[in-house]
Amino acid sequence: MTTTGLFSSQLLLVDPEREVARICRSMRELMLNQVKRRGVVIGLSGGIDSSVTAALAVAALGRERVLGLEMPERHSAEETERFSGMLATSLGITTVKEDISGILESVGFYRRYSEAARQVVPAYGEAWKSKIVTSDVMDHPGFTVFYLVAQTPEGGITRQRLPLKPYLEIVAATNFKQRIRKMLEYYHADRLHYGVAGTPNRLEYDQGFFVKLGDGAADIKPIAHLYKSQVYQLAEFLGIPREIRERKPTTDTYSLAQGQDEFYFSLPYAKMDLCLFGKNNGVPASQVASALGLTPEQVESVFKNIDVKRATTRYLHLAPLLVDSIDLQHDHGQ
Amino acid sequence: MNIQDDVRSFVIDTFLFGEDDGLRDDSSFLAEGIVDSTGIMQLVSFLQERYRVSIEDEELIPDNLDSIKRVAAFIEEKMRAVKLEPGISA
Repeated sequence: MTTTGLFSSQLLLVDPEREVARICRSMRELMLNQVKRRGVVIGLSGGIDSSVTAALAVAALGRERVLGLEMPERHSAEETERFSGMLATSLGITTVKEDISGILESVGFYRRYSEAARQVVPAYGEAWKSKIVTSDVMDHPGFTVFYLVAQTPEGGITRQRLPLKPYLEIVAATNFKQRIRKMLEYYHADRLHYGVAGTPNRLEYDQGFFVKLGDGAADIKPIAHLYKSQVYQLAEFLGIPREIRERKPTTDTYSLAQGQDEFYFSLPYAKMDLCLFGKNNGVPASQVASALGLTPEQVESVFKNIDVKRATTRYLHLAPLLVDSIDLQHDHGQ
Repeated sequence: MNIQDDVRSFVIDTFLFGEDDGLRDDSSFLAEGIVDSTGIMQLVSFLQERYRVSIEDEELIPDNLDSIKRVAAFIEEKMRAVKLEPGISA
């Protein structure tokens, strides 16, 4: 692509009506011919991605073929259930609520998490709240540094750099949440003979912001090709409630509120969208920088960070690797 | 063993299944896909324990850590600065 004109967010504008129609056609065709299931289960987080995915599924398959799953746990944000309920009501879909706190307790999630956190914050207890944040690639263009931000029950905040061992243990424990949720999505999909719809947008899919066999698992991912700002454009067209559209994107994974841009992406989504789009289309960093009010060096840092994330998360996209290829004769009998 | 050889040995054992595979002392860990950002955390833990140095956030940059040569120079400089002896025998 050449961008001789102005490089701006205008380049990410889609025709929502046409795009929704195209996605719906594709979803019906894929469900019919490949997934071969008559409906979909979608985990609802009250966020924009799962809301748009559910609305698209309703438009493509009909609301009676869409089951929304609400899966809160004791650390979920208070508004999560309110927003997912609001979405389900507006779409008219059936929902099932599965509180996963008991399962998380059974697998030792809360204990394991606290033990890992105590390696850097010795007083850490289960009444504390915490989250992982990363160094800002703009201010610290070196290697990514991870910190545990912990809040005492009284509200005091401490921030400690995470060495490898507690970092990996915290992430491994936290991944239970995504995997347990996916396990329940497949339970309901199996009992209804449905497929599971995944909800990653392009930023998440491209840069590996998902848990393998957790939120990364699905039979169909209807918005994986859409930049986040395009998801918002479709949300408006699809009539997603305004409060959901205006909610700041969060991971809703840690007990302290965590913005996606403080854990994984180097920039807020609107800027990250344009950086990724610019990089994907060979737009020089200087041109992207002037559109975003950044320096070319900062955009170069973001470009490099995209490369690093793609390289380090590539394995998340891989199916299990075989020593010898096996021909499954996909066309047999068709 | 000097620091450069020691770091080289750690990198080969930890990240390359014990086979040096043409690894040069100035090979970029990141550019050549030898060590990713999680591997850098592992390298930093090793350096802090092995040489009893504290590595600050602002020192976690490719200039200090992106090749065997750079790591060795960085650690030598830090040890000179704090006048600590390495915790290994020559």
